[in-house]
Amino acid sequence: MSAQHSAAPSVSASPTPTRLHIVTGKGGTGKTTVAAALALALADEGKRTLLVEVEGRGGIAQLFESEALPYEERKIAVAPGGGDVHALAIDPELALLDYLDMFYKLGRAGRALKKLGAIDFATTIAPGLRDVLLTGKACEAVRRKGASGGRAYDAVVMDAPPTGRITRFLNVNDEVAGLARFGPIHNQAQAVMRVLKSAETAVHLVTLLEEMPVQETVDGVAELRAAGLPVGAVVVNMLRPAVLDEAAVRIATGTAERGHRTAVAKALSQAGLGGARRGGHAERLVEPLLEQAREHAERVALERRERAEIEGLDLPTYELELQGDGIEVGGLYRLANSLREQGIAGVQREGGR
Amino acid sequence: MSWQTPLLDIDPLLDDRGTRIIVCCGSGGVGKTTTAAALGLRAAERGRTAVVLTIDPARRLAQSMGLTELDNTPRRVEGIDESAGGQLHAMMLDMKRTFDEIVVQHADPERAQAILENPFYQSLSAGFAGTQEYMAMEKLGQLRARDEWDLIIVDTPPSRSALDFLDAPKRLGSFLDGKFIKLLMAPAKAGGRAGMMFLNVGLSMMTGALNKVVGAHLLRDVQTFVAAMDTMFGGFRKRADATYRLLQAPGTAFLVVAAPERDALREASYFVERLAAEDMPLAGLVLNRVHTSGAARLTAERALAAAEALEDLAAEWPDAVDPASNSLMNAEVDDPVDEAADCPAVENLPGGRIVDRDTGKAEAKALSDPGELPAESLAASLLRLHAERMQVVVREGRTRDRFASVHPDVPVAEVAALPGDVHDLEGLRAVGERLANGQPTAA
Repeated sequence: MSAQHSAAPSVSASPTPTRLHIVTGKGGTGKTTVAAALALALADEGKRTLLVEVEGRGGIAQLFESEALPYEERKIAVAPGGGDVHALAIDPELALLDYLDMFYKLGRAGRALKKLGAIDFATTIAPGLRDVLLTGKACEAVRRKGASGGRAYDAVVMDAPPTGRITRFLNVNDEVAGLARFGPIHNQAQAVMRVLKSAETAVHLVTLLEEMPVQETVDGVAELRAAGLPVGAVVVNMLRPAVLDEAAVRIATGTAERGHRTAVAKALSQAGLGGARRGGHAERLVEPLLEQAREHAERVALERRERAEIEGLDLPTYELELQGDGIEVGGLYRLANSLREQGIAGVQREGGR
Repeated sequence: MSWQTPLLDIDPLLDDRGTRIIVCCGSGGVGKTTTAAALGLRAAERGRTAVVLTIDPARRLAQSMGLTELDNTPRRVEGIDESAGGQLHAMMLDMKRTFDEIVVQHADPERAQAILENPFYQSLSAGFAGTQEYMAMEKLGQLRARDEWDLIIVDTPPSRSALDFLDAPKRLGSFLDGKFIKLLMAPAKAGGRAGMMFLNVGLSMMTGALNKVVGAHLLRDVQTFVAAMDTMFGGFRKRADATYRLLQAPGTAFLVVAAPERDALREASYFVERLAAEDMPLAGLVLNRVHTSGAARLTAERALAAAEALEDLAAEWPDAVDPASNSLMNAEVDDPVDEAADCPAVENLPGGRIVDRDTGKAEAKALSDPGELPAESLAASLLRLHAERMQVVVREGRTRDRFASVHPDVPVAEVAALPGDVHDLEGLRAVGERLANGQPTAA
């Protein structure tokens, strides 16, 4: 099913490990959850990962049941096996001041800029500057060296904007490099673009097995490919449990037509659900139950079509089951575990050796 | 499940000629676009001349309305029942084109040309974060001003923070009033570097710093742009303010759209509070994709217990071919179906065995279809399926009740989930029905 699955664990075949994972997806597909689970999954065996939030919705803090993240990198979870997940919610305004300070030593001038409304300008209306800062910060974390001279983070996972905006978001630096044709901004933009287009980066798309999310995923993949951005994997999220397999569904739906309701009513009655005679409790259950089976059949057929569509993309695919009562920390670890079992860290590990 | 929140009655809202604008807002993936389109269709078929404005970059409205051509002007949607005297138009926002139109409309030709050719403008208008929201409000204002439709239904952008479009006019205003703009314009106005002389030391340090950061030529592009836009700024702000007031007016109704999931309803809560804080008139909450069951009285727990009992039963009689067991089973059926019409000559017995009444001899035989399941197994599967459904129903109910207890005054319309996606008028009509129904009737 997945290219990463099938990759033989031989050192010689190991490609460049992915170090920047950009997670996108249509709204409502759970990309924040998937990004968090991925950061956990990649943090096994003593690795350090950084989970970056760029949309300022506080979703990561909520997922990990911690208080709102400040604009600083802080440890948010420990992965099984001893790895650490750090998290950072990028505030574009602070990132800009940070950036100005770091590159231009503009401490006081930076504050003056803020007073003048220049920071407002930069982060709300100036073309793409906000996105430049967000992508720039993530790329800085990817390239940063740790105290021991190694990489500060083994992997950086970005909870990115939705599929509809992702290509533009990632390509913003190209645009800016065109606007600022030389100078520090130009150089910075180009450096970011080099990281984003390198083999170290992968853009993963989260989808559901529903028409519109799959359609957006297919469109998104085409756009990313056209823009020369590296597409990673497709993550099918919130997969509903297969209560009935397809054969059972066919039979259940066929049964209604074949008039075997009586037998079903009797069986229900046998199980203590009331009388099977017409108007009895068990008998009255038959129609609604069969109706639900028909709906289920329709859904199963639809999911099969959508799955075929995803397979057509020829990308590594991972599947995550729906977590019943919404996501809590336990569920996040289960998802991370599932990703690991499906081998999402495979390339990473091979490269690390 | 007692739930006393008031019902959001969609039809009176659509029929009220006083309703001129309906804004659908909500987080991504909750069915905003579909809701907007379904409302538009229903309004049109009830006699309103409606236009649906969608801002979504994915051509979803086009898909769901069966339209292939959707540009920056409203197009009439075919296939609508216009017998009540209504019409439906639909359009998708083209940010760049909307921005260009404003420029052409409000600047003299020479200046307009300069702006349109400015690289800074070209990037800005192509729709970086934020532009979409400004332009959506601009377009809404334009549509309202044309006064060709008596109802405008707006689908809001999938903003990072949900109500960016509300902030857009204000932010634009405060930005335009800001010193930074004046600083940027100063040199250009005074004819280049000479202007700098009038700036105090602090400011010249600033422009120096800016030059260092962004590069002189980029700053120049920005300055030219800002200077060229200068004459338009007043108009910009005026219209942005007007649109903002329009949203607060009595003819506007906000619908917060959500799905019965924790995250979506949390966002919905935020919307409701934000709208109240901004004095925006909230009509209610549309809760999409609500699951129901025609057998809601059978709980998940009981269904599962019954399924297990049946599976045990089936395991005890593993496709027995022993006639003796049949009669035993026949005797165990405690509630035999007593109506001949239901079982003419052949009576189905549990386990898929059949009793031939004519001969009176119980004969075990597999049903002709090899894919046939014994009735117990089939019933057990149906019960398991039901248990899953009921778990969803209960979970959704809990989530919804949590919202309702925090916002007891917000009227709610629930829309029963459809098994598939909506992408034709028929589907939109069905959604409209369900919307108007307000209470999901069991599937």
